[in-house]
This record gives sequence, C-alpha cells and structure tokens, in this order.
Amino acid sequence: MNSGYVDRLSRTDREVILTLVPEGVRVLDLGCGDCSLLNDLVTHRRIRGTGVDIDGRQLVNGLAYGVNVYQGDLDEGLSDFPDHAYDYVILNQTLQVVKHPLQVLKEMLRIGRFGIVGFPNFAQWQLRFGHFFRGRAPKSPALPFEWYDTPNIRVLSILDFLDYCRQEKIHVVKQRHLLGGRWLRTGRLPHLNNLLAHIGLFVITRKVGVMNLQ
Amino acid sequence: MDRNSVGLVTPKRFTFGTPQTPMTLESGHHLGPVEIVYETYGQPNEDRSNAILICHALSGDHHAAGYHNPHDRYTGWWDNQIGPGKGFDTDQYWVICANIIGGCKGSSGPGSINPATGQAYGLDFPLVTIGDMVEAQKHLVDHLEIPTLFCIAGGSMGGFQVLEWSLRYPQQVRSAICIASASRLSTQAIAFNTVGRSAITRDPEWREGRYSDKGPEKGLATARMVGHITYLSEMLLDAKFGRKLQSADRLSYHFDSEFAIESYLNHKGSAFTQRFDANSYLYITKAMDYFDIQRSYGPLREAFARITARFLFISYSSDWLFPTAQSREMVRAMLANGRPVSFIEIGSHYGHDAFLVEGDKLRPVIAGFLQGVGRQVRP
Repeated sequence: MNSGYVDRLSRTDREVILTLVPEGVRVLDLGCGDCSLLNDLVTHRRIRGTGVDIDGRQLVNGLAYGVNVYQGDLDEGLSDFPDHAYDYVILNQTLQVVKHPLQVLKEMLRIGRFGIVGFPNFAQWQLRFGHFFRGRAPKSPALPFEWYDTPNIRVLSILDFLDYCRQEKIHVVKQRHLLGGRWLRTGRLPHLNNLLAHIGLFVITRKVGVMNLQ
Repeated sequence: MDRNSVGLVTPKRFTFGTPQTPMTLESGHHLGPVEIVYETYGQPNEDRSNAILICHALSGDHHAAGYHNPHDRYTGWWDNQIGPGKGFDTDQYWVICANIIGGCKGSSGPGSINPATGQAYGLDFPLVTIGDMVEAQKHLVDHLEIPTLFCIAGGSMGGFQVLEWSLRYPQQVRSAICIASASRLSTQAIAFNTVGRSAITRDPEWREGRYSDKGPEKGLATARMVGHITYLSEMLLDAKFGRKLQSADRLSYHFDSEFAIESYLNHKGSAFTQRFDANSYLYITKAMDYFDIQRSYGPLREAFARITARFLFISYSSDWLFPTAQSREMVRAMLANGRPVSFIEIGSHYGHDAFLVEGDKLRPVIAGFLQGVGRQVRP
C-alpha cells in the first residue's frame, strides 16, 4: 500500500512471516504491494496466493510471479471474497494506514481461518521518550515520518491490539515482537513487549480450540 | 516501418462444412460452407502450446497487427499489443486472430454469396450468436492442430468470445484475458444497439437488407456516431472537444456541422461506411444483445464452476458501457468457485475505447500475466 514506508523498514518481518505460514496453504495478502512477500511464500512454502492492493502498477509484478492479484481498496471492503476462502490472510504494515481498521480485521477473519497482523508499536519506549521529553510527534527507525507526511492514520500499541482482540473474542495464537534487531517469541509479558517492541506480529483466529495447536 | 511491428502480413483462409454437411447454429439454422479469414503472427513452437487466440470486437477484424502492404496508413487494430516485445510478444507466442462469422471482412456473413442462390445472403443469412462465432473459431483452432490455447484474449465483444470459449471448451483454454467486458450487455447498452440498428433499417437505402453496392450509408453512419459516443467518456469528450466550434468563432445559425464534436462524429460516421457493412452491423450487434451467460449456463456462480482457465479481468475506470462493476461481478463468481482469477482496474479517461488506444497502460499487465501463466506448472 505504501511501498516507500515498507521499503524503509528492515523487512525482517518477512522472514518471520515465512516461519508462521505452513506449507501448501491458501494465502491472501492484503496491501501486498509488489507481491514479493507472496512470491517468497510461493517459493519457500508452496502456498497458493492472492494479493490485494490499491496500486495496480505494483500488482503487475505479482501477475508476472504467477500469483493472483486483485486491485481494490481495503477501505471499500472485501465483499468479493467468499467466507473461509483462504487459510491465512496477511495484513502486514497495513492496519495503521487504513480508514476502517476494524472492518478490515473482521473481513480478514471472515475470509481466512487465521489472520497474520503486523504493525508498528506506537508505545515503544523511544516514541514515548520523544513524546514526553522532546514534546514532538513520535519518530523511530520503524516510524521515520514527519507528522505531515506519515501514511499512518491509526495510532495503536501492542496493548491496544490485545485489548481489541480480547473484546472481540479473537484468539491470539502466536505473537512475535521485534526488539532491537531480534524477534522475541513470547507474549507472556505484554507490558514489557509494549514498552520495548518496535513491531508486533500476531497470528489471530476466531476459531475456538485452535489455541491448543500452539 | 516500426521495428517492433510484426511487419507485412497476409490473411489466410480456412473453409469447413458444405451445404450437405453444414454447421448447425444455436438458432437451429444451418450454415455451410463456413469460411473464415484469419491472420497469424509469430511462430508455433514444437507442440503448438504457445498459441494465443485474439478475439476482436464489433468493428474489428482479423487484421490485428502489422501491415497488408508497405504503404498502408494504418496498422492492424491491436498493433500496440501484438508484436515483438509487446504485450502479446510474437517472439514467444504464436498469435492468431480470425474474423468472426457474421462479419464483413472475409469470413462468412450476410455479404457472402449464398451457394443456394448465387447471390449475397442478405437477411437470408441466419442469425449467429457469440457461441456460433466461438464454434467456428474452434474449427479453426482444431484445423491449426492446437491442442490447448496458451491464452485467449479480447476486449468488449472479444471478451464475450473469451468467456464463451472458457465455458464451452474449458480443457482447451489454459488462460484467458477478458478486457472491458461483461457476462451480458446492460439494458443501456442494448438500448444503444437498438438505436444503431434502427438507424440502419429506417434508411430507405437498406431495402430489407437487399441493397447492392452502397447501401444504407446514412443509417450506418448514424449508428456508428451513436456507438462512438458510448465508447468515449464524458471527460474525454469535454477535454478533447469541449464546446469548441470547428472552424468559426461565431455561431452561424444554420444546421450544418458546427461544433467540433459534430464534425468529429460526422467524420467517424462516414469513415465507418467505407469499411463496414450495414447488415453485418445488424447481425453482430444482435449477437451481442443475445449474449447472456446466465441465460445459457445459469447463475454466474454456477456457470463459472466449469471454468478451468487462469483468468485475468481488466476494466477501465471511465468505461460506462462495460463498467468496472460488470467485471467485478465475474471476478466475484470466480472467487466464489475458488478459481484462479486476477482483476486489474486501469485508471483512464478514455472510456471503453481505452483498451484499444492506451497501449502503454495495458501492455505491462498483459505481458506480466502471460509471464506468470508461463511460470505455472500445468495442472
């Protein structure tokens, strides 16, 4: 959706997402940009993939990779996609740029059995620090924007996301947190993750019972 | 001559059926012999697995790319997509385009000679459907010994043929590109076709279709004028012509062509009569009006269950004759069946005509899709 922003991130999240997606499943990537994540998933996980993005020129790359693409605006809904059509629906670095994030989250769990959601944590300590001491809008390596050119119109933290999941009875199956340059696999200390992590990645589902799969 | 051109091409002919062994049409009528004129660009590979069939729209024909002689002013109608290094890369693919039956460029149509009378068929030519056009193309594809089409592509009415092929012969279509098209015409589109046909049949020169030589040129020109409006967007007309007067800057207070848009449409209308047959216009627009996947195959969702081809639907943002919603309706039906489908809406001011005129926008989409199809292992 916002290639510049995505490119500026280190993209280590891509490697983590690869570890979260099983072999041979059906994957829908929302805000897929040039479909390179889907292409990696096809190469390494032999998934069957579809990418959704608003930018048709980027989607042409996906066509050339041989993945299916669908040009559309996430904020206008995903009603063309039937229920349970995919095993995994990915929403990576996109939740914070859509107008209707709750609708997108609901749609992804309608269409897919699992959702993978990755977003920058706006409560990371550097951001808090800058806000508190410098009195400036938050900036960090994961959020390098000025207030006037940021694509991020939704500001959320890891705790905000977990609260929402609890409230909506969405189960968090797995979580990964980027601390410095390393990914932490635990969700045991949510407040610490919320303070330290630049990026949170969550595998979520509506299905009960899959909690035990972990 | 353009280095990316397929260069000089010569149309070829293929005939099947006889008066004794005719082709049976959807209407139940018979037609035989059936003549098809077609062109090919590029070369077949060893197992003929690189064939791409191009389906033309209402006023198109088999001459899709290149020149017929070195002094031609115009190239084939889709020369911006077909050629070396273009969307349909003739260095890789063997591209075929045939004139539809019912047409007027050499394939059997109302202007052909009826073997029973030795005269032109006129209205004795049976009504043909999109399905009949596809059936005739199927004979050609079999004659060319193509086991499976690598791709079939077309815009507008060409898209109808793409859909019909994919439904009728799913096993013979590996991938399909349906551009600025629909599963059936909208009521509005049928209404415009009705006006076009009416202009022809109300022209006294039409003579119940038994005209010789010139025929109902005024009626055909009027039909084309109406058609042409539907192919362009309001925005484009406004930008290109606005309210400009063609040659004066004062109003002349008479009925001669005065506005720039008037003279443009008049020109388009009369130019069309030089290259198109009025009866063919009636037959082809009727075939378009009849085309209806729901009527022939049931609700889209059920109908598309039989499709096995990898599909690409392309629509144009300013196309109001075949609006994006009609493409998306088909995409939705494909997704409901879990079929491999892609959808691209190209932003354009050109309206329906965009697929013919905006080559630069379409080319990477087609080239990318075909590359992706080539990467897929065949199921």
